[in-house]
Amino acid sequence: MGNGTSIGRVRGLGASHHGTHHWLLQRLTAVGNLILIPFLLVSLALLPAHDYATVHQWVAKPIPATALVLIFINTFTHARMGVQVMLEDYIHEEGGKVAAWLLVNIVPFAAMAFGIISVIRIALGGA
Amino acid sequence: MAQARSNRPLSPHLQIWRWGPAMLVSILHRVTGNGMAFAGLGLLLWWVGAIAGGAECYATFISYVWSGDAGALSAVTAILGKILLVGLTWAFFQHMATGLRHFVLDVGAGYELEANARWSSFTILFSVAATALFWAFVLLH
Repeated sequence: MGNGTSIGRVRGLGASHHGTHHWLLQRLTAVGNLILIPFLLVSLALLPAHDYATVHQWVAKPIPATALVLIFINTFTHARMGVQVMLEDYIHEEGGKVAAWLLVNIVPFAAMAFGIISVIRIALGGA
Repeated sequence: MAQARSNRPLSPHLQIWRWGPAMLVSILHRVTGNGMAFAGLGLLLWWVGAIAGGAECYATFISYVWSGDAGALSAVTAILGKILLVGLTWAFFQHMATGLRHFVLDVGAGYELEANARWSSFTILFSVAATALFWAFVLLH
């Protein structure tokens, strides 16, 4: 392998052109959470009761159902990235890295799907 | 890792530094964020899944997380559930305040020692006050 140019030696090896993507998406989803989570907290606090009928009726409404779907997309994206950074800081063995890679790439998407399917089921009837 | 056990100085870790507000809230940001990622989102999924599952599922959720009326085990988990819910609301307000602090730091402001310490301390005051207000409203509403 020749020495090549300095750009040729590093091309394809790292985060070139994508270095800020993770950081920026973490901020973008943070702004989303800044709106969505207070909406959820205030809405739940304002509900007259927290029995099944009241809560089910609230989730089934268009705006709360939309907000909850967005919450599952947004919070799991944000949480996935935060947990990833935490794991990168603390896990140094190869086996652990593989386990962490599986964890952050599978669990959040499975959880997100379960949450969204649940909201759709509530909103569109069935239960 | 031949160097690992030599007498070369190691990089200093938590026990070396004198604790300050900025260090504390930085650690709290990570702890509250990861705590919410696992416990908070887990609980949110259980909640929405229980509503989707029907009245009986929702009653089970309420028994184990809040009311404790489904036997001895639920009586114990309901106490833990209340502690968890209050803890999660505090974690949210703390993470939100330190997150906003991050936005300020991201634009290059707020690094002066005194301002940094003051705003760091303020995030803790805010999260404790907001949690108290939120639960006072919920319980008295």
